[in-house]
Amino acid sequence: MWTICKKELADHFSSTRFLILFCLILMVALVSTYMVATNIRQVLEGVSKPSNVFLLLFTTEGKFFSLVQFIAFFGPLLGIIMGFDAINRERQHRTLAKLVSQPIFRDAVINGKFLAGVITVSIALVSMMLLLTGMGLITVGVVPGWEEIGRLFVYLIVSIAYVSFWLGLAILFSILFRSLATSALAAVALWIFFSFFMGFASDLVADALSPVRNPRDPEEVVANQRVSDAASLVSPAVLYSKATSTILDPYRRSRGSVMIVGLLEKLSMERFQSPLPLDQSILVVWPYLTLLAALTLICFGLSYVIFMRQEIRSV
Amino acid sequence: MAAIIQTENLTRRYGRQVAVDGLTLEINEREIFGFLGPNGAGKTTTILMLLGLTEPTSGSARVLGYDPTRDPLEIKRQVGYLPENVGFYDDLTGRENLRFMAELNRLPEARITEKIEEALRTVGLNGEGDKLVGAYSRGMRQRLGIAELLIKDPKLLILDEPTLGLDPDGTNKMLDLIHALSRDRGITVMLSSHQLEQVQRICTRVGIMIKGKLVAVGTIEELAKRKLGEGGGMNLEEIYMRYFKEA
Repeated sequence: MWTICKKELADHFSSTRFLILFCLILMVALVSTYMVATNIRQVLEGVSKPSNVFLLLFTTEGKFFSLVQFIAFFGPLLGIIMGFDAINRERQHRTLAKLVSQPIFRDAVINGKFLAGVITVSIALVSMMLLLTGMGLITVGVVPGWEEIGRLFVYLIVSIAYVSFWLGLAILFSILFRSLATSALAAVALWIFFSFFMGFASDLVADALSPVRNPRDPEEVVANQRVSDAASLVSPAVLYSKATSTILDPYRRSRGSVMIVGLLEKLSMERFQSPLPLDQSILVVWPYLTLLAALTLICFGLSYVIFMRQEIRSV
Repeated sequence: MAAIIQTENLTRRYGRQVAVDGLTLEINEREIFGFLGPNGAGKTTTILMLLGLTEPTSGSARVLGYDPTRDPLEIKRQVGYLPENVGFYDDLTGRENLRFMAELNRLPEARITEKIEEALRTVGLNGEGDKLVGAYSRGMRQRLGIAELLIKDPKLLILDEPTLGLDPDGTNKMLDLIHALSRDRGITVMLSSHQLEQVQRICTRVGIMIKGKLVAVGTIEELAKRKLGEGGGMNLEEIYMRYFKEA
């Protein structure tokens, strides 16, 4: 397994597509965080004793989006790019038959590939976070507390798990579909559905299950919204963004819908609220994290079962 | 002479279609066994079952004394299998491809380099080891495929259509190589093919498989006597066509 993992790692880091994607993500992340950082510095000038400023660096929306939103959006692409041709490329180059006729267990092939992907993702995300943290230290001039570092660390772990889910899904598609283009398309289609259309889909489900007949009746509206929220939890993208936004925002106490607040309002609101400690934040989103982990495991388990039973014919 | 491969009523069905039908076969040590038959006769399916890559529907097989369904790893450790149209990692050099295979076979690090050089020398590629495999000719690729097998010091080589698509010169080199391996190292070889002259040149015994059934096994002389009669010549092609028409 380690031999395959080692080779795949070498392949990932020398592959052009990984480099391009990583540079793209890194560039956008640096630029948007820099804009946010200068913004924060200006706002901070009139505020006394702000707390948890460092986290704002990652969660505040700059011109278009916050870093967290950006990663939630582009992270899956990283996973898909690394996994969509894992098995069918070997099939196409006729190396799969050779690989499985070596004295290794068949599952070592997918385990090695999955592990190599996870390691690559971890290296990419961790190095990016460190770069951004360094830049934040210089531009904002605020040193993060242990609590904030802890939150960022948990955020990183959850992000790696999230990208791993997409990696697992992409590997599953690479086993199911013989053609590279089909498996890439299938994975991207699912990604687009979960990131863009999940909102519409969950609204549809909600309207079908508990329709709002009278828009003035608060109970009906709430019931409708509840169903919609529950339905949208099918999407790993929703799970992930809800989980991480709570982890990175100590003032958020529930998993409920997001209120949109500006930076200044946020800072002034802090006076009237006390932040949740990290473990309580994690407790709030624990169900989401479990669900995310479960989805990843299901994906990987499915790949495993299918691959173990699949005929290894070249062609 | 000990039997290296032994099968007993080996059968594989895909749905209602029978790919291999009650195959009973024995291949002995140091033989070069030619496995003949038209495309789709079940040769590759048989080979996959011998390596434990496909489960037989019924019947049993023993390779080097191991059962392929229960002990596939032990068989894969000692048997070199060259798939039809074998592929390589084209963005790696010949040496790097060999190193990857050596590591998959858990060769001790100290012996890997030495083994790679020895294998390259045997197949006559020692000058091209550092070229990217993507730049290899077809003949070179097939020989690199054999080099990959030699790295694990196999007791048995199973070659699926090793000369398919090679030019006459490449074919000759390939056949000489297989013959030399059998003669000098005592490796047992089972090769499948439908190019009969080549098989006739190096094989000690042949089996003819048609529509999943093994219709004949024996040395070429034996089969010639059976089908063409005494003094009927020794042309494998003629023998094969007779069997083919009867089936």
